Formats: sequence, structure tokens, C-alpha cells
Amino acid sequence: MFAYVIRRILATIPVMAIVALFVFSLLYIAPGDPAAVIAGDQATPDDVERIRASLGLDRPYLVRFGAWVFDIIRGDLGVSIFTNLPVSLMIKQRIEPTLSLMLVTLILAISIAVPMGVVAAWKVGTWIDRAVMGFAVLGFSVPVFVVGYLLAYVFALQLDWLPVQGYTSISQGFGPWIENLILPAIALGSVYIALIARITRATMLEVLQQDYIRTARAKGAGQRSILFLHALKNAAVPIVTVIGIGIALLIGGAVVTESVFAIPGLGRLTVDAILRRDYPVIQGVILLFSFVYVLVNLGIDLLYTLFDPRIRY
Amino acid sequence: MDRRTFLKAGAGVAAIGAAGGVSAPALSQGAAARTLRFVPQANLANFDPIWTTQYVVRNASVMVWDTLYGFDEHLQPQRQMVEGEEVSQDGKTWTFKLRAGLKFHDGEPVRSKDVVASLTRWMPRDPMGQLLRALNEELVAVDDRTFRWQLKAPFTKMKMALGKNATPMAFIMPERIAKTDPFTPINEFIGSGPFRFVREEWVPGAKAVFAKFDGYVPRDEPSSWLAGGKRALVDRVEWVVMPDPATASAALQNGEIDWWENPITDLVPVLRRNRNIMVDIADPLGNIGSFRMNHLHPPFNNVKVRQAVMTALSQEDYMRAIVGDDDNLRKTLGGFFTPGTPLYTEEGGEMMKAANLERGKQLLRESGYNNEPVICIVAQDQPITKAQGDVTADLLKRLGMNVDFVATDWGTVGQRRAMKNPPNQGGWSMFHTWHAGADAINPVIYNAVRANGDGAWFGWPNIPGVEAEVPNWLAATNLEQERAAIGRLNRAAVENVVYCPTGFFLGYQAWRRNISGIVKGPIPFAWGVSKS
Repeated sequence: MFAYVIRRILATIPVMAIVALFVFSLLYIAPGDPAAVIAGDQATPDDVERIRASLGLDRPYLVRFGAWVFDIIRGDLGVSIFTNLPVSLMIKQRIEPTLSLMLVTLILAISIAVPMGVVAAWKVGTWIDRAVMGFAVLGFSVPVFVVGYLLAYVFALQLDWLPVQGYTSISQGFGPWIENLILPAIALGSVYIALIARITRATMLEVLQQDYIRTARAKGAGQRSILFLHALKNAAVPIVTVIGIGIALLIGGAVVTESVFAIPGLGRLTVDAILRRDYPVIQGVILLFSFVYVLVNLGIDLLYTLFDPRIRY
Repeated sequence: MDRRTFLKAGAGVAAIGAAGGVSAPALSQGAAARTLRFVPQANLANFDPIWTTQYVVRNASVMVWDTLYGFDEHLQPQRQMVEGEEVSQDGKTWTFKLRAGLKFHDGEPVRSKDVVASLTRWMPRDPMGQLLRALNEELVAVDDRTFRWQLKAPFTKMKMALGKNATPMAFIMPERIAKTDPFTPINEFIGSGPFRFVREEWVPGAKAVFAKFDGYVPRDEPSSWLAGGKRALVDRVEWVVMPDPATASAALQNGEIDWWENPITDLVPVLRRNRNIMVDIADPLGNIGSFRMNHLHPPFNNVKVRQAVMTALSQEDYMRAIVGDDDNLRKTLGGFFTPGTPLYTEEGGEMMKAANLERGKQLLRESGYNNEPVICIVAQDQPITKAQGDVTADLLKRLGMNVDFVATDWGTVGQRRAMKNPPNQGGWSMFHTWHAGADAINPVIYNAVRANGDGAWFGWPNIPGVEAEVPNWLAATNLEQERAAIGRLNRAAVENVVYCPTGFFLGYQAWRRNISGIVKGPIPFAWGVSKS
């Protein structure tokens, strides 16, 4: 098991190298000019050209790529073209809000979606099942930003229960921290809840047909015990897989959610950097997201062993 | 206790157990009243007002860096850091004396050597600075408070150059910072303005904080735009970046922010219905919408084609697309300069107001237009350019032109418009933008109206009749002479269609009623603003 983990961690190196090459090349061929954005609309073509040269953007592809890779190997993600701040500092400034948002969303989604899916499977064909599936369709269909605006309108503007926007660090207290995250987490989690609930229901329906469930019933096991001890544990592998895959969904959704709720997280940093062609920031954030995604997948693989003792690495 | 307070209290109690601590106390009412929370037009991604000419950087910079002179609300340059100046009889030597007691935020006094270094960095980046650089014989510090500028020829617009609000402004920085190459960003943000930049709280893309500088000595005169006493009446100004207008609108209504620089017109009716919110015109100098045609390549290298387009376009259509039906926000133009300012003229500007599609078609036929494609690049991520682009595409089609509409983003437009290749080889035929009215008040800072070929702005118009009037304006010694030169310039610019203005439009600003002292101006001035 330990050797497997080490092997998987080492395997991230070529994955990250491919991602780095891919991202750098794509950005290189993509149109857009950060020098023009910096110079402003009133700048002359000569000004733009001089800024481009001062940023080293006029250097050949291989020279730029080589310099970037050399820096990465030394643990230096570079300096933002616009802010002149280290990319690592900008990521550090922004990582807490995004992690907080994803953590709260994850907890919220799992704690709502799994019971929903279980109950829908248990009450299959009833109005409860239809209600859960209806909610799932709604969750898939309504875009995150629409859910966000609706929540902000009702719970912030009309009822004045929660703030419209912003983020407060957890270092300033749990209350202000969670207060700012409730609405964004619900908005971001709506698709995720729908996804997990549907998968849970489908997997549970399959498991509930199994012989060992019939045996458990015959032995006189209670409904709760059958659902949560016997069935859910055996249905857990696909559910955990979907939760893992859904992390990518969350990262994508965080971009929109952070904009709607003005949360200063990595999602907004990425969008701003893309719009301005701040190459070092885009590259740094994408590398980070890739690394997180690889680690999440590793974590999911390891979790399988907890739910299914037959799986061994 | 309302529900929200209840939730806060509940969450706070939960936190004691969960986080092992006590939640942070809310800001006291007094502290909150001393913090002005402001939503700027854009993200403050960089903070060097010489390296970048973006308006948002200029707007933040006026809080931190002071200028020798400053424009007042009548667009007249008034002394600001300068106590007085003397001009030699021949007009070639200017001797300036700084006010006593000027201090930088690091406690160091402002000295003449700082001014010399700052102006030396500013000159190559600014159109008026470049004129001064060409005339420069010697710029020296005479003593700590006196500096002298020896020129090769008289320059009557000296105070205007040093006090204008068009970017880049002639900000004064400490010598060690000002010695940075003008094409390299600075890393220290020390100024001598009424607010200091709190660098440790700066999160680009999210927040920028400015704290009152206790060492600032304002002038005695009343404040008027960049002139007069800049009195900081709040302890902190927090810039909160909100990319989403709907979020900013909700936050303003909810009292989470105090002042929003540029609410979109669609949301103004909602804000107006809220009795706690004031809505008013932001900048009386407004903006001029425009699209530029590429004078180097067909079809717009043909003046008749350009005239056909200008004759056919309806500024009303463009302005409705940008600001809607609010008549207070738009005006049609008969000239290139900002309406309401001293140099605005409609001399020779009949074609701009023609809005005559049939006449435009006739001119197009006479031009020999041969169905060459018009590569129209339109930034979709900027509402103003998108709105104008849609109107233009429709106009050109109705005129009978072959339009290739390239929907893209502003970053790409910024790159592509600099390319001089033919349109079908990666170049372009036209792009849309807009010009701040504050930048369109004289022909030197208004580079969009210049027509000096390769040295001109994108599109590279080469129209000697326009350029001939720029030195005449510079040499003018009174307003009458200035207006005469600008009248001739305007006529030449319209006849040859330097570019197509699409109309004049204003924008709104909105703030909570407990904020007072907000003025209409080209910059959201934070001094003189208080909160109760």
C-alpha cells in the first residue's frame, strides 16, 4: 500500500509535466496581448511594443518555456505580469476562500445528497422518489449563477439574513466565516447535490436487489440497518468515485460562484488572469488545480479500500 | 433581535466550541463610519500610474500621489504642490517653488530632486510630456524647494501639462522610486497624497486599502477636483472589486458597500427605487463612443468609403444601444472634442450628424467599393464595444458592405489592432472603443484625433490638415486663437474621417445617503467625502 502511494505520487510528475507543456503551448498560440492591456487604451503602438519587450514577451517560444520550466523546478511559479507580485503569493492570498467554499460545499452536498438518494431508492416510485428526482433535474438544469442571484435576492436582500457578497477569513471567527459561505455553497452545491443524489439512488436500487439484502431482511434486520449498514456501504464505491470526479465540477463552478458572490478566490483569480492574459498566473493556477485533481483521485482510490476490503493495492 | 442577528449569535456560540475561540467582534459603529467602502470601475491589478495608463490605476493614484498642479472643475490648472512659479521674459525658463511642509508617506520631505526624477520618468510616457522633452534644455533642482526648467522654446501649456487629469498624470514620487525605467513597474508605492496605500492589505482583483495620511497638509482653498484642499474625512477607503454588477447593486442596497462608481444603466431604476440610495451623473465630461477604421488598407484607405460610413451612421442608434432610452445620458456630436468644454466645436461637422443612409449608399457607389471584406473586430467582454459592434455590423450590411464580424475579447482586440498587416492576413478593418471626455479636451492629450501617419493611434490616419493645427493650438496665447485652430482641425478631421465618433454618453454613480461630499468629476475623488 505504501509503495503504491509513493508510486502514484511519483506518477504525478510526468502528468504535471504534460499539463505544463500543454498549458504553456496553448497560451503561447492563443491570441491576446498583455502589453496592450497594461499600456491602456490611449497608449501608442510604440509604448505597447516597449512594454512587451520589457516583459520578455518578444522572446522566442523555447526561450520562454525553458525559463519557465527552470523556475518551476526551483519552486518558483514566476511573477504576475500585471501586479508584479509573485504568483505563489497571489495563490496564497486566494487559496483560503476557495478551499473554504469547496469544503463547505462538499460537506453540504454529501450530507444532503446521500440521504436523499438513499431515501429515493427506498421509496422508489413514490412521490418522495419523484420529488428527489425532480429536484435533481432542477439542480442540473438551473445554472449556478441563476441559483446564486435567487438566493442572494431572497436571503440577503429581502430577508436580510445573510450577506450578499464577500468573504471573511476563518481567523476572524467561525460565525462571520460561515455566514459568508452559506449562500455560495448552496448555489455551487446544487448541481453537485443533484449528481450525487442521482448516483446514490441508482446504485442503491441495484444493491437493494442483491441476495444479501434479501438475506438481511430475512434475518430480521431493521430498515435503517439495511439501508445504511448493508446497502449504502456496498454502494459506496461508485458514489465516492462520483464525488471525486465532481471535484472538477466544483472547481469549474467556483469560478462562477466566486464572481457572483464577490469571493476573492482562485476562480476569480483565474478568470481575471485569462481576460488580461496574465500568463504566469494562469499557468500557476492551472498547475495547482491539476495537482489537486491528481491528489483527489489518489485519495479516492485509497478510500475504495475502506469501503471494499476486496480492493488491495 | 432579527433573524440575521440571531443567526450570527448562534453561529458565534457554535464557533466557541468548534473553533476554540471567540468570533471577531463586529466593527464598532464609529470605526465603520470612518471606513468608506467603494466599488471601483475595474480591478486595481497594478499600481504604477506611469507604467500603465489604465483609468482605474489613475483613479487610485490620485489618492496616493500628489501633482504639482491640478485641474479644477473648470478645467483650469491650479497650483497644488507648487507654491508659486516664475516665467522668464522669453517664456523659456520656468522656476517653480514647492509648498512648505510637503511630506512623503515614509516621513521624508518632498524635495526638488524628487520632482525632477518624477517628471523625467513621466515625460516619455505622456503626449504632453513628450512635447516638453523635445523642448527640454535642462531640468534641475536648485535647492530642496526650488527647481528650474530651461526650455529651447516657450511652452504656454506648461501648467496644463503638469496638472491635467488625463493619463498618465505627472505624479510626484520619491527620487529612488522615480528612477525606475518608465517601461518597468515600480515596487514601492510611496506618495505624498492625502491617503497612503496599505500594501499589506492589497489583494489584486479583490481589495485595495488606502489609509488617511496624517502628515498631509491640504491647501487652504476649497477643494475643486484635483485643485484646492484635499481633506481626507474618513480614516480608510476600501476598494472592493466586484466584477458582477448585480452583486454590486445588491451589496449597495444591503449597505455592504457605500459608493459604486459605475452602475450599469439597466440597474439604475432598481437603485432609484431604494430610498437609502442616491443616483447621479458620475462624470460630466462623459465619454465619446467611437470606431476606428484602418487607413492603411482597403476599403477604408479610400476616404469616400469612410465618408459613406460616417454619413450613414446614426449616433442615436449607437447611444441607445449603449445607455438605453435615458435622454439625460446621451448627446449627438458634431465635433470630435468633448461637448461643454472650451474647445468643443461643430465647425465642418455636418457629416457627423447626417444619419443619412441613402446618401451613404450613394457615396459608397461613387467610391468604387468593390465588395472588399470589412474585418470588424468586436470585443464581446466590454458591454460598450459589444453594443457598438452590433450596431455597426447592421449599419454596414444596410450600406451594402461585406462585413466579416469577428467576435472576440478585449485582450485580443488589443493585440490585433496593433497589426498593420492587410485585413485578410491577420490585420483588421475596424474596431470599436470609447474615449473618456476628460482626455478629449485638447489635441495633444487626445491621441485618437491625431493623424500623423505611423505616429498616430491605431488605424494610422495621415491627414496633414489635422496635424497642421496642433502646433497652432500649442502656440495660441488665448482661447479665441485656440478655438480658431481647433475649428480648422475639426473640419479637416471630419472631412477626412480620422475616425467615427458614435456619440457622447454619460454614466451614473450611486451611493448610500449617509455618504456626503461626492462630486461629479472624471475621477471619483475620495477627499471631501464623509460618512455618518
